[in-house]
Amino acid sequence: MKNFNGQVLFLDRADINTDEIIPARYLTEITKEALKPFLLEDLKFEGFDPQRDITGKQVIVTRSNFGCGSSREHAPWALEVNDINLVIGESFARIFRQNMFNCGMMAVELPPADIERLFSEFSGKPAMIETDLANNRFIVRADGKETVFDFSISGYDRALVEAGGWVDFADAKY
Amino acid sequence: MGKTVAEKIFDAHFVDNPFGDIHVIRLDAVFCHEITTPVAINDLVSRGKDRVFDPSRIKAVIDHVTPAKDSKTALQGKIIRDWARRNQIKDFFDIGRNGVCHAIFPEKGFVRPGYTIIMGDSHTCTHGAFGAFAAGVGTTDLEVGILKGVCAFQYPKTIRIDITGRLQPGVYAKDVILSIIGRLGVNGATNKVIEFAGPVVADMSMEARMTLCNMAIEAGGTCGICYPDRHTVEYLWPFVKDEYASKEEALADFQKFIPDADAVYDAEMTIDVSDLSPQVTYGFKPDTVKPVSEMSGAPVDQVYIGSCTNGRIEDLRVAAEVLKDKKINESLRGVVSPATPAIFQQALDEGIIKIFMDAGFCVTNPTCGACLGMSNGVLAEGEVCASTTNRNFFGRMGKGGMVHLMSPATAAATAVAGHIVNSSLFKG
Ligand code: SF4
Repeated sequence: MKNFNGQVLFLDRADINTDEIIPARYLTEITKEALKPFLLEDLKFEGFDPQRDITGKQVIVTRSNFGCGSSREHAPWALEVNDINLVIGESFARIFRQNMFNCGMMAVELPPADIERLFSEFSGKPAMIETDLANNRFIVRADGKETVFDFSISGYDRALVEAGGWVDFADAKY
Repeated sequence: MGKTVAEKIFDAHFVDNPFGDIHVIRLDAVFCHEITTPVAINDLVSRGKDRVFDPSRIKAVIDHVTPAKDSKTALQGKIIRDWARRNQIKDFFDIGRNGVCHAIFPEKGFVRPGYTIIMGDSHTCTHGAFGAFAAGVGTTDLEVGILKGVCAFQYPKTIRIDITGRLQPGVYAKDVILSIIGRLGVNGATNKVIEFAGPVVADMSMEARMTLCNMAIEAGGTCGICYPDRHTVEYLWPFVKDEYASKEEALADFQKFIPDADAVYDAEMTIDVSDLSPQVTYGFKPDTVKPVSEMSGAPVDQVYIGSCTNGRIEDLRVAAEVLKDKKINESLRGVVSPATPAIFQQALDEGIIKIFMDAGFCVTNPTCGACLGMSNGVLAEGEVCASTTNRNFFGRMGKGGMVHLMSPATAAATAVAGHIVNSSLFKG
């Protein structure tokens, strides 16, 4: 299983699309590693600088409809090669969400109130998230305090995470 | 309880229900292009599973950047070409015979009512115009599709949109879908199928239905679906005439895939398009839409006519009607890319290419190219393109560039005027 713990990158915008996560001009690459320097290169909003903000982060917290647009699995791959295997948001675009679990990564939805709370209480601070998959909860550590957020994950998504992705799962079964 | 189209298709292709509402379904076709398939191919090779579930059900094309623009795109083409040869994939469309995937595959008769289709491309929803369930997927789903001929989806929920009234002259399927996306929002149909129904759709050609379904994904939709009818039969007849004794028989068979009268929908809406005027996007999301009249005069550096949304013969005909005996404004440049070689040939035969060239357009070979900012008309930073494509994300057609989405008629009129404007075909 992949690592789902680490420092949080807060992306306070809805509808972040896959062209922003990895622009089409890099789709000529045929290895995942080559995408590493270009993650979120075209994402522009106030207070975000990809060069400065991505390094050292392993978890993204964002708003609604993250990963909309193109089906490119290059988006999860660009996250993966930057050691980001977990995105927490209010909602996700279907293909992006499926691509994440298909790669054995996680795209987890939390209720709007929890997302709001994550932003209002932790954004701008160094915050760590630890994923307790066995008990369906995230433990957020910041300011010397611990806060717990419960999440739900379907049996299918969990099986994909545990199998390491859809290819191995499907190959064993179909 | 009655079923929606997608429910009927899912039930007819059921393989397994491993968890909750997840259904694994059998695939009738897997479509491939050179951007998202090579990584799947390399992964299959590295796993020692360089096989395909059924070479006759896999269709492949080089379309996004073609002919290759550099060594990297040449290598992507080579990987998919070599793989198609090794695996005896007959329907592989190499340079010279290739066109934009969602235009060429229907044109070759590869899509049938009731089919299940996946492709590593979000606009795969286009093929729902034939009454198929066709969904864009990522490379991993594609890889499993290639190897096993199956894919997993949530059992589909459907939004039904009845389109009523009568379209005014100069208003097209593109304007209808832009206004629908404006209402639904970019997230309004996420994880749902959209059935497009009603008299306006029944009147639409297959080309127009493809334009409609093409942009379902821009509202988050998994697939857009139109009901198979006489238009569908006419379009597919050359490909199915040996399978059916008559068109009536084909129609009856195809109409197994229309919804039951008591089908249950997630949401239903009716949109009267009688007062609809031509629409255009103004922001960086496809749901930021307003009437062209409210954007009149907005500056443009390039006009692009093409893509899987609006690069078909009907689109070129409409644009040519606007452009005939006119020149494009010197303040901008025009690029037109017929979506397939057959469309290009037809446009040549009808004198449409001459109209474009006389007007001052650059005519390119069939390719995605500029639509996703990879070749054949990439924008410079700060430039603006009036485009018949489907996505206006910031930088989509080139880093730092802006895109206004519109119909071919509006794009052609904009090219002549030098700024965004309604076409003379619209009298409103
Ligand atoms: S024309 Fe544009 S939207 Fe259509 S498949 Fe090609 S890149 Fe995608």
